Amino acid sequence: MTAILGISAFYHDSAACLIIDGEIISAVQEERFTRIKHDASYPKNAIESLLIQSNLNLSDIDFVVFYEKPLLKFERLLETYLVNAPKGFRSFRMAMPVWLREKLFLKYQLTTKLKLLDKNFDENKLYFPEHHFSHAASAFYPSPFEEAVVLTLDGVGEWATTTVGIGRANKLEILKEIHFPDSIGLLYSAITYYLGFRVNSGEYKVMGLAPYGESKYKDLILNNLIDLKDDGSFKLNQEYFNYAAGTTMVNEKFCNLFGEPVRESENSLLTQFHMDMAASIQEVIEEIVLKISFYLKKTYQIENLCLAGGVALNCVANGKILREKIFKDIWIQPAAGDAGGALGGALGLWYQELNNERVVLPKKDSMKGSYLGPKFSDQEIERELINLKANYDHLSEDQMIEKTSLALLNGEAVGWFQGRMEFGPRALGGRSILGDPRSEQMQKLLNLKVKFRESFRPFAPSILREDLNKWFKLNCDSPYMLLVDEIDEDLKLEMSIDQKKLFGIDKLNIKRSEIPAVTHVDYSARIQTVHEETNPIYHKLLTAFKKKTNCPVLVNTSFNVRGEPIVGSPSDAFKCFMGTDMEFLAIGNFVLRKDDQKESLKENYKDKYELD
Amino acid sequence: MISLIKEIWKFLKVRKKYWLAPIFIILFLFGSLIVLSQGSAVAPFIYTLF
Repeated sequence: MTAILGISAFYHDSAACLIIDGEIISAVQEERFTRIKHDASYPKNAIESLLIQSNLNLSDIDFVVFYEKPLLKFERLLETYLVNAPKGFRSFRMAMPVWLREKLFLKYQLTTKLKLLDKNFDENKLYFPEHHFSHAASAFYPSPFEEAVVLTLDGVGEWATTTVGIGRANKLEILKEIHFPDSIGLLYSAITYYLGFRVNSGEYKVMGLAPYGESKYKDLILNNLIDLKDDGSFKLNQEYFNYAAGTTMVNEKFCNLFGEPVRESENSLLTQFHMDMAASIQEVIEEIVLKISFYLKKTYQIENLCLAGGVALNCVANGKILREKIFKDIWIQPAAGDAGGALGGALGLWYQELNNERVVLPKKDSMKGSYLGPKFSDQEIERELINLKANYDHLSEDQMIEKTSLALLNGEAVGWFQGRMEFGPRALGGRSILGDPRSEQMQKLLNLKVKFRESFRPFAPSILREDLNKWFKLNCDSPYMLLVDEIDEDLKLEMSIDQKKLFGIDKLNIKRSEIPAVTHVDYSARIQTVHEETNPIYHKLLTAFKKKTNCPVLVNTSFNVRGEPIVGSPSDAFKCFMGTDMEFLAIGNFVLRKDDQKESLKENYKDKYELD
Repeated sequence: MISLIKEIWKFLKVRKKYWLAPIFIILFLFGSLIVLSQGSAVAPFIYTLF
């Protein structure tokens, strides 16, 4: 047996994963334990949890892989400061203490921390692949492809921001790279910052905001901010940016170009300008990604594409690649951000360095539906519920499904905590809040009273895979909610002339389809297909709901409030349930109703977490 | 610390970036000053550099 522990940490989204003889056994993000969103600290809890789940000690682990090369990153920092000196002194002054105290001594730090679990831990077990290799490996090795072009796009790793590689059987070779400071991830983050959202966290809000706007500034972006070539390669005009050596993403010249200052905070008014800006950057990103994709297909003539890196979480762009039919098939790593680097690093070592055979099952990836986190037995759940003084009913699985589907039918917001936790940023029916998509009030109810977040934010549908074609235009598996497509034409409700004249957020109140809660203003939806093989219990719930309503779709949003990491334990789930307007909670075979709980257990949850 | 210096040296060799060595040293010293100067007696010294 060869066990490999993968670790990503010290930047954002720290995580750990365990693979044994090439099989992905488990993977989990540290934020789920520490309850700090995007927690970057050493993933102590995640590592311990993985080992406990598998009944292993650290001494049983043969290799530990850290997802990037710290010295190469330090080289990039130094050279960048040198090029920009003396301009970047403030940023240098902020960065150096962290590097000189911690990050430069990363190997020593990791060894010391791992020695707490195994005092004989040998530092020679440690490996450090490159950041983008880890991303690329996380996209290719678990994919259902024998051969694929692998594209990674993110903010920045060591030097690379965009890479192209080819994966064949058990080998993965990176062929081309675009280096810092030219980065479409950072371009998107710059606009995220400009629109007043938090960098490395608010990017998906920009994506959600885009359909409310018009891409008025697309040409301005393409003519001034970025030099985009026909093959999709690009250069950013650094005259407009400040991230290379400054402490902000954009500068005054950038603001002057668009004629508006940086939106100060998330609480400032969102205007049509911000929506148009979001729409513009979204179109630019799509154009870049499509150009790269066309070039890759033309150059390498390979049928499959694998994607990873933060930009691969832009499911609207992913949907465009799919619809253009550039590749026969595409596969996107569900933990496409840095957390997935832990997985890629470990898989890369197993296949690339240790040269082990890779067996590919056609049409079946090896991510196990991304349900790779901890799970809780009924005894463990009951123990926690008793400690929390909760009132609950312990039912059979069938009864639990029946009660939950009835609650959904009654228009209630339902907390759903079942089986293993998802790895990656999306809740896929393991730690989810569910609702009836046919309800016109559901989007507002979930946004404002349950999630405490902006009313413009869309919700995603989960649908039985077998019913997909009847409800959406998409015609392939999308188990990780990483593809966007339109709702079926027959289900769309045409807007009246007056409604068509509405702008921005005003469009939100128009009923756009038979399932308005999951239909965005442009008739699009971020679809999750639910498969019996990977999540039988969620599949059962959808089937029960379909039986009652003829609708095989549910609203599926992550089980958390704004700014909170997705719930990790039954206690987290109960606290979130009690702190919001959720009315029903199903944890394992236990069901809880809000009305049955003691008033004293309610808490003010709204202000508990910082805005993300 | 010695193992880190060895590693950096090895790193510079692999990357063929020997020219970075003096910069590494200067920035390292300069950076160390910043670290030490945070709430310590070295603070006045760093001010005299400017």
